Amino acid sequence: MARLIRLDRTGHTTLAEWTSEDEAAREQAATAFREQLDAGMIASVQLDDGTAEVVRELPADAELVVMRRPIAGG
Amino acid sequence: METSGGLAEAASLPWRPRTHAGTLRRQEVLWTAWTSWVVFLFTAPGVALIAIEPLTLPAALLCFAHAWAVPWIQARRGATWIVPIGSERSAARRRDGDAAAESAALGLLGDLVGHRQRELLSETGVAGERGSLGVWLVGEQGAILVRPGGRRLDCWCVRVAEHSDLPAGDRVAHLLLALREDEAGFAKVANFGFSGAWWRVRRHVPKRARPAVDAARQAAAASDRSAS
Repeated sequence: MARLIRLDRTGHTTLAEWTSEDEAAREQAATAFREQLDAGMIASVQLDDGTAEVVRELPADAELVVMRRPIAGG
Repeated sequence: METSGGLAEAASLPWRPRTHAGTLRRQEVLWTAWTSWVVFLFTAPGVALIAIEPLTLPAALLCFAHAWAVPWIQARRGATWIVPIGSERSAARRRDGDAAAESAALGLLGDLVGHRQRELLSETGVAGERGSLGVWLVGEQGAILVRPGGRRLDCWCVRVAEHSDLPAGDRVAHLLLALREDEAGFAKVANFGFSGAWWRVRRHVPKRARPAVDAARQAAAASDRSAS
């Protein structure tokens, strides 16, 4: 089960969950994903080598996609 | 999968040079020169005063105190940016804090850092992350980079742009994700605030987080030995 989560005031909120077989759930997740991008969030996907990658489309094979806010120098 | 190929925040700062080992070495030289100059600037008049008239010793001591205090204050300023989770300035200590949110954020952060770093995180309140520039320690409002060899530490001020409502764990998670996405971009976005010997920074880091500095220094020294 793949998850789309947003880091927010509650710790994190699960915005969508989907499997590769469930096309409707995946489409819902893609819609939620685009809404978050439009709201200025940044999507991050963890890679196997310990790094992360910024994505502009909901990845088909990711287990966890994290929506985060932009960072800035203090 | 469409990727953006770097930190989006860094792309919005075209006037800043991208950080790499060479720029960090330049900063190191500049900071060493600046600190030496400050020490000289205040020590030399003190020595001259004593040489001319030993009775001016109190004034000379004031000069020496300045020579000690200015670098001390600069190191302290850099070290205190990191803000470990649970420390005095942590969001986790807010009176209006939501304990459930703090717990959820810490749980997710624990999942992000992995088994080895989770223990260090719970003990010290900062997340460790090995990068190509060195070993990073990430707190709520800043990061410390332990350079290869473990003898020099760089302090950075960086935080979530709109962070007022975020629990402490999420603040660290944001920075950790950004660091993993693009280390050089992360360093470009962050404000470089201090570079100096490890002992100058460590003594100003909150006591609970000092083992994280020690662990990062060991890791940086070990990676430096294996590289050479």
